Amino acid sequence: MSALAAKAGSETPPRMTYASRVVWTRRGVIAAIAVFFEIYGRTFADPNLFSPPSTIVAALFQKVFAEERIRDAIWITFMEVSVAYVMSVVFGLAAGLLVGWTRPGRHAVYPIILLLYSIPQVILLPLFVLIFGIGPAVKIAFGFTHGIFPIMVNVIAGMRNVSPLLLSGSRSLGASSIDVARHVYFPHMVPSLFAGLRLAMTLTLLGVILGELYVSTTGIGYYTKLFAERLDPAPLFALISVLAFMAILLNEVVRVAERKFTRWKR
Amino acid sequence: MLETSNASARIVQIAFLAIAAGAWYAVTTTGNISPLLLPPMDRVWSALNTLLARGQFWPPILITLTTIAQAYAIAIVTGVLVAYLVTRSRFLTEVFEPVIAGVFSIPITLFFPVFILFFGIGPASKVAYGATYGFFPIALNTIAGLSAVDERFLRSARSMGASSFDTFRHVLFPAAFPVILTGLRVGFFISFASVLGGETLSSAVGVGRNIALAAELMEPARLYAWIVFVILTAIVLNTIVSQIENRRRDY
Repeated sequence: MSALAAKAGSETPPRMTYASRVVWTRRGVIAAIAVFFEIYGRTFADPNLFSPPSTIVAALFQKVFAEERIRDAIWITFMEVSVAYVMSVVFGLAAGLLVGWTRPGRHAVYPIILLLYSIPQVILLPLFVLIFGIGPAVKIAFGFTHGIFPIMVNVIAGMRNVSPLLLSGSRSLGASSIDVARHVYFPHMVPSLFAGLRLAMTLTLLGVILGELYVSTTGIGYYTKLFAERLDPAPLFALISVLAFMAILLNEVVRVAERKFTRWKR
Repeated sequence: MLETSNASARIVQIAFLAIAAGAWYAVTTTGNISPLLLPPMDRVWSALNTLLARGQFWPPILITLTTIAQAYAIAIVTGVLVAYLVTRSRFLTEVFEPVIAGVFSIPITLFFPVFILFFGIGPASKVAYGATYGFFPIALNTIAGLSAVDERFLRSARSMGASSFDTFRHVLFPAAFPVILTGLRVGFFISFASVLGGETLSSAVGVGRNIALAAELMEPARLYAWIVFVILTAIVLNTIVSQIENRRRDY
């Protein structure tokens, strides 16, 4: 088998594989976009509204990381997102299991959760500010209410897919409720659960950022608004890229956890 | 069996509503909560009636719905068009799909101040913001749908002399429709929520602006009246969208 592969390789040595051609074209496209924005930023763009990528990278170090207040703001946003996310995972899992466990829960409460999930939560933001003030509490609370719904919905949806045969089978073999949760429900809802966890991460971030943009005295959202109002686009886009990096990083964490929990699948 | 379970589900749901309403009534009459945070139910009800009677709901609602419609229309056209171009070859799909998905994982909300800079605080910035947010789920789902269409359908359509538009209209689009529909649904609610969000964050007009204004003026009854109104609108829109979706799926 390996001899065959080696032979196939020796016949076409210098050509790129299809996969690496895809990857390099993708990198080329991203580079081309960057070059386009560089030229656009240096020639046509209004310097009050847009900066070329090179200026943004410079601003990242000179105006964003160099300032202690902004470093603190990045850290605060990160902490708020983490706390809100952990809360939504814990409470979302608990509430989802509670509702998904029983038939009346699935039939009666699940539609209510779906209905609540479809309401655009941002209209409640002014109310959240009245209740929680303008400190970190309102941002954590708003991130939490954004994050908990996709987790609940996906946990319940995952539990609905478990065959009743498996449940009655495991019960008749003497499994306790915890055993059923651990060995029947959990493995079955892993794909759906992690889809929910990833969506929850995006939405928690959205909730926190919305809170910071609306009223806040610190955090990444506050400073992006500030830089935009000052017509200072370079640090604005630099901060946006910091948050984008944070979003990708947090997504990767969830992805790694998913891989760890689905190892038995491969 | 199914009917009884539906009936009992209804009873639980009505009981849930009744408990929520009862809790609201109990908390506000015993005075355990500041009326600034949770005004009594009758005050919200009278505020709702006043707003309805004076016709104050309609101008902002009209502006917001027009904004949503424009944003959604742009999102559909650009999303489907980009997805169509990207899925012209498997290679292009593999190059571009992760790029689009990657951009979508960034909270676009953070660009909201940039939209305000470019388009001002009028409805135009909300149209652009809602369209940008709605574009991604529509494009990603359409890419998924179109790239899953069986190659044999396309080849046979072409061998029978169909033009590329004919192929799109009669083969690609219908075959990919269920997946595209999911994207259209998600895109609609994302556009809806982002337009409202944009109006709440920074705007001169619209529903979101009125909600933020009621909160800033410390008029909780009016704030709740607006929230009730938006929630009802969301439920109505949700029902309409699911009705359309069910009918299209049957078809």
